[in-house]
Amino acid sequence: MINPINLAFKNAKEKKRPALLTYTVAGDNTKKKSLEILKSISKDVDICEVGFPHNTPIADGGQIQTSAYRALKNGLKISDVFQIVRDFRKSKNSKPVILMGYYNMIYQYGENNFIKKCKSSGVNGLIVVDLPWPENKEFAKKCKAKTISFVQLLSPTTSKERLKNIIKDSHDMIYYISMLSTTGGKLKVSPKQILNNYNKIKKIDPKKNCVIGFGITEKTIAKLRSADGLVVGSAICNEITRSLNNRQNPVTNVSKLVAKLRNKIS
Amino acid sequence: MKLKKKIPLIDQHDKFGFWGGKFGGSYIPETLKKPIDDLTKEFSKLRNNKSFIKKRDFYFNNYIGAPTRFIKLENLSKHLGGAQIWAKVVSDANGGAHKIYNATVHALLCKNMGKKYIVGDTGAGYAGKMLSMAAKKFGLKCKIFMGAKDIKRQKPNCDAMKKNGAEIVPVTTGSQTLVDAVSECMRYWVSNCDTTHMCVGSTVGPNIFVKICGWSTAQISRELKRQIKTQFKKIPKKIKLINCVGGGSSAYGFWSEFVDFPKSQIELIGVEAGGPKNSKLHAAPLSRGAKLGVLHGAASYVCQNNEGQINETESISAGLDYPGVSPIHCFLKDTKRARYTYATDEDALNAYKLVTKFEKLNPSLEPSHAFAEAIRICPMLNKDTVIIVNSCGDAKKDRDILKRRLGKRI
Repeated sequence: MINPINLAFKNAKEKKRPALLTYTVAGDNTKKKSLEILKSISKDVDICEVGFPHNTPIADGGQIQTSAYRALKNGLKISDVFQIVRDFRKSKNSKPVILMGYYNMIYQYGENNFIKKCKSSGVNGLIVVDLPWPENKEFAKKCKAKTISFVQLLSPTTSKERLKNIIKDSHDMIYYISMLSTTGGKLKVSPKQILNNYNKIKKIDPKKNCVIGFGITEKTIAKLRSADGLVVGSAICNEITRSLNNRQNPVTNVSKLVAKLRNKIS
Repeated sequence: MKLKKKIPLIDQHDKFGFWGGKFGGSYIPETLKKPIDDLTKEFSKLRNNKSFIKKRDFYFNNYIGAPTRFIKLENLSKHLGGAQIWAKVVSDANGGAHKIYNATVHALLCKNMGKKYIVGDTGAGYAGKMLSMAAKKFGLKCKIFMGAKDIKRQKPNCDAMKKNGAEIVPVTTGSQTLVDAVSECMRYWVSNCDTTHMCVGSTVGPNIFVKICGWSTAQISRELKRQIKTQFKKIPKKIKLINCVGGGSSAYGFWSEFVDFPKSQIELIGVEAGGPKNSKLHAAPLSRGAKLGVLHGAASYVCQNNEGQINETESISAGLDYPGVSPIHCFLKDTKRARYTYATDEDALNAYKLVTKFEKLNPSLEPSHAFAEAIRICPMLNKDTVIIVNSCGDAKKDRDILKRRLGKRI
């Protein structure tokens, strides 16, 4: 059986467009709202990245930090994150879910317990921002044994030798960080340059699905549409912040934004 | 878990950077792998390079001012009775604290790597002040990340940073103290690592930063060992080396030459910040039973909740107000080579009062925590016991806090 993440890429490819991946923080701004957001954007999204918020996020920019603090301030616990994912996965039209966060939370939960809980909640993949290769080898193996994809990250600073090794050890999907930045930075390299680097990665293993993330917005997404997949995170978190500030419903506004994003790459 | 003899503690880690198999490591985003690898290579090359060592020693002697004094606190010893109390007056160093050693070495490394920008974090403002001094000395552009709460409470050091031409970036996220400053500094480095060097202000962070900082502050114990030999002819039979521990850079530097001695001869005592007397909050992960966790790229004992969220800390001393601690101190704790305890805000203030009443010494609130423990145990010991406290910072930066809490002008 083809796994749901690969299937999502396959479906998008058949329609000759990149897969659209969104990132939202579980519990932003409440448990209920974050679930509603997932359900309502699902029709336009191919894979949902769901952040489990940490209060010392060393690689996140302002927008995602704000979302994470908002969720934590509302008392969000890791068990709530799993509950949100479980409810979403049970809903009609749900899409594959990749959880994303920092290692300390997995460590405190216990690696094996965490993976088990992922499995039973319907999580399909994991991104751990501060657990790089080769330190992540053991953990990635444990994930694979439970058919959870461990998503390796690559960046413009990753050497050629490292690229090869990481890609070799990667599972269904790899994630290319577009530029030297925290999440949500302004795109400071040209889309052409990003795609250049992206193509180098694809050359090493054309079969691996590679997504591009960091700094992608409504304005830039169309220019990168030749990639296998594109991740939009901070722009969505920012939309939630904007909606709350204007006393508007974040669910409606985020759905509108995601529909627009999807439109730009269709 | 075991300590090895004759190998510097900073080098007793495995290939993934863990001390004792579980403390330290490098939990970093992929983007930082390369700059950290580059720095690791550069440092391992330079630390064995004779001309680099010569350069370091030149600046240690002529710019920082080595050696700092080793003095007996006659009046305080007499007042307390019991053991003799000595101080290693590291606050004699240029700038007024031990942070200058690490800052100077990082500035030299930065220059060697051809980078023109240097960034750093600071809590008490000493790490920032020293980095701004070193940056000015070596012609580097400098940015300092500092919690907004700390900017308010450590104004004198902020003034110094600005005077040295550094830009202070106020950090307004989270608790607005050191922990947030370090996070923000790391984020900045993620975005600018191609042109910029990062200096971590203590023996914390990814493995290489622990090593560089420890290698730098080790100067303190190299001096002290010579001074003890000169003073006592040989190393006395009973010594207690007492040092405050926040991140743990001054304690590491104060102890590194003495780790191989038997515990019965040289006891190492680390004093953490216990926070206000009746508060639940503290910054004492080692002595108050915090769990192992990952913070700022390294595994160490960390003040955190069950979910792995980092706890807020509280201490009168901005320099100790940090939820994590050096992996090396976790290693020293679990191998039982060092003993860790804590002093409350009130203990530290009382110690400050007593020391300044009897001696011509003006220790900042950080070493005042160490003095509190020295004062506590001194009367219980005999006169052959030599207590040495690392007076690693000067209280000028604390003038506002001291005035408010003690009504004293300094």
